[in-house]
Amino acid sequence: MAILWEALRSALRAIAVSKMRSFLTSLGIIIGVASIIAVVSLVQGLEESITSQFEGYGSNSLFIQQRRDNYGRLIGDLTDDDLLKLKGIDGISAISPQTFVFEYSGVQYEGEQHSADVVGVMPDYAEMDSSYPELGRFITTTDADSRKKVAVIGPKVRDELGMPENPIGEFIQYGPHWLKVIGVLESKGQMMGQDLDNYVYIPYPTAVGIMGYQQQPFVIFVVRVEDVNRIDSITERVEQTLRRNHGLKPGDDNDFMIQSADQVLQSIGQITQVITWVFGGIVGISLLVGGIGIMNIMLVSVTERTREVGICKALGATRADILLQFLLEAVIISLIGGIVGLGLGFAIGAGVAGMIPNFPPSEVPAWAVFLALGFSSGVGIVFGILPAAKAARLDPIDALRYE
Amino acid sequence: MNQLISLSGIRRTYQMGGETLHALDGIDLSIQQNDYVAVIGSSGSGKSTLMNIIGCLDTPSEGHYRLADEDVSEMTGQQLAAVRNRRIGFIFQSFNLLPRVDALHNVMQPLVYQRVSYRQRKARAQELLERVGLSGRMGHQPNELSGGQRQRVAIARALVTAPSILLADEPTGNLDSSTTADILNLFDELHREGQTIIMVTHEPDIARRCHRQVRLKDGQIIEDSRSAMTTGKEEH
Repeated sequence: MAILWEALRSALRAIAVSKMRSFLTSLGIIIGVASIIAVVSLVQGLEESITSQFEGYGSNSLFIQQRRDNYGRLIGDLTDDDLLKLKGIDGISAISPQTFVFEYSGVQYEGEQHSADVVGVMPDYAEMDSSYPELGRFITTTDADSRKKVAVIGPKVRDELGMPENPIGEFIQYGPHWLKVIGVLESKGQMMGQDLDNYVYIPYPTAVGIMGYQQQPFVIFVVRVEDVNRIDSITERVEQTLRRNHGLKPGDDNDFMIQSADQVLQSIGQITQVITWVFGGIVGISLLVGGIGIMNIMLVSVTERTREVGICKALGATRADILLQFLLEAVIISLIGGIVGLGLGFAIGAGVAGMIPNFPPSEVPAWAVFLALGFSSGVGIVFGILPAAKAARLDPIDALRYE
Repeated sequence: MNQLISLSGIRRTYQMGGETLHALDGIDLSIQQNDYVAVIGSSGSGKSTLMNIIGCLDTPSEGHYRLADEDVSEMTGQQLAAVRNRRIGFIFQSFNLLPRVDALHNVMQPLVYQRVSYRQRKARAQELLERVGLSGRMGHQPNELSGGQRQRVAIARALVTAPSILLADEPTGNLDSSTTADILNLFDELHREGQTIIMVTHEPDIARRCHRQVRLKDGQIIEDSRSAMTTGKEEH
């Protein structure tokens, strides 16, 4: 233990003596780790946010959304008329549009600020999402028809805003809009890290009004079918109805997508996994390059310090002592690179997420942190072993004579 | 007097382009505890090779080397490192202090390899630096010290493990005459305190100061004489 500490000290001293060089050496690792953390945090944040929208629905749910082109732009629209037509389909027990409003950040009440998800829905939504009011009532057709500025809030929103136990009739502020609280939902607790009590539901038309200028808000129609065994035939009916309503000719592609709850979660998982792997590969390459950089500098450093190694050997250092010292030096350089990269990547992820409007906050999962640090110290060991072995093998007589 | 070093039939050969070079060609030498030996000879006589073998930096091609009743010629690299650490204190012509490391930590370094605790290392190193008269220079790095001071640090470092032998290779070769006298006086003192010292030198004055002169030529001992006085009274 003492020898490890001593080797660590001597490695830190060597690094401190040439700060600039050590920094440049670890730059490859810094960039590699920073990029993976940035990407993973963005992808994870996105996945969290999307997934949370679908969780909590049963397997008898269908989701209809606008299709996106290859550039991610929305194609087609899901209109109120579509909604009306779909309602007529036999076997559909409930249907509601659902749109997340990211117009302003958070809601306020008497100076208290709290960030909650504001969602525009229709009355049917309560049943589909098992969102039942504990106090007051849910959104009604009348609320929707007359675009009332009313809100049904989760209990967490009430508590975080410091509202009275019964907040019915109080007003919360969302940007410039005043929303009258008409109901508080029963607590549903948490699910997969997502707080299910942290929503503010407003009538869908009201939500559209708030988003106003956005020509194509991102809308999902959430559909519940009566009998889960008929889900395939109902999916087909839905597709036909929408094609007809959108005036698509035979041969035209759909301008919408229909997915079941299971499919959605699966495909989101697939996409994020692919993104993660692709970037993992790129980062793997950059870590490799960073590792080669470390090896290069360590070899130079061993040559420069040949005499020093000779002295230590004359004083009684064994091969293992010398090996440990140089290996630790390489590991520390790359580990410092990993830690700096971690911080940088975290900042970049948060910065990018903050800069893009409507983008969910970034999130760095624990596995990414361990992976990044494990990888960078692994790189240090792999690429440090060769120079360290070279130093350890030096013949003390030759090393002492080295000029 | 106890026998400390016993070399018998030591040969060291090098292969140089198909030719065999005999750096040491059958050396028999015994050194007692508290001996004060000068190894002299022209360059190429084999004195450096002899020092390397005595210092366990090199192993003989043939023959046996017993150091304090251990057969060193049969040891592995790791064992040799331990012997260097505990039994040998090296002093070099060019000081060979660790750069960027202050005097105190230079002196502490050999104890690192004995797994001595930091506190004990520091106490012992301070003691030795005081012994060589450098108590005020402990925090200075080698490049902030004069040549004489650097050699004192090196001596303190050599002594910190209480070695059986102090092995000095031209210790005053890089020093001016007054500093040389200081360092040699220090050696004399150490010898009086019981330290065994072996010193390579090419200066007859310095060799005469020692109590025994071993002269090498072409890898063989051609002279092994002892000064009349063996108690180191000759102060100049």
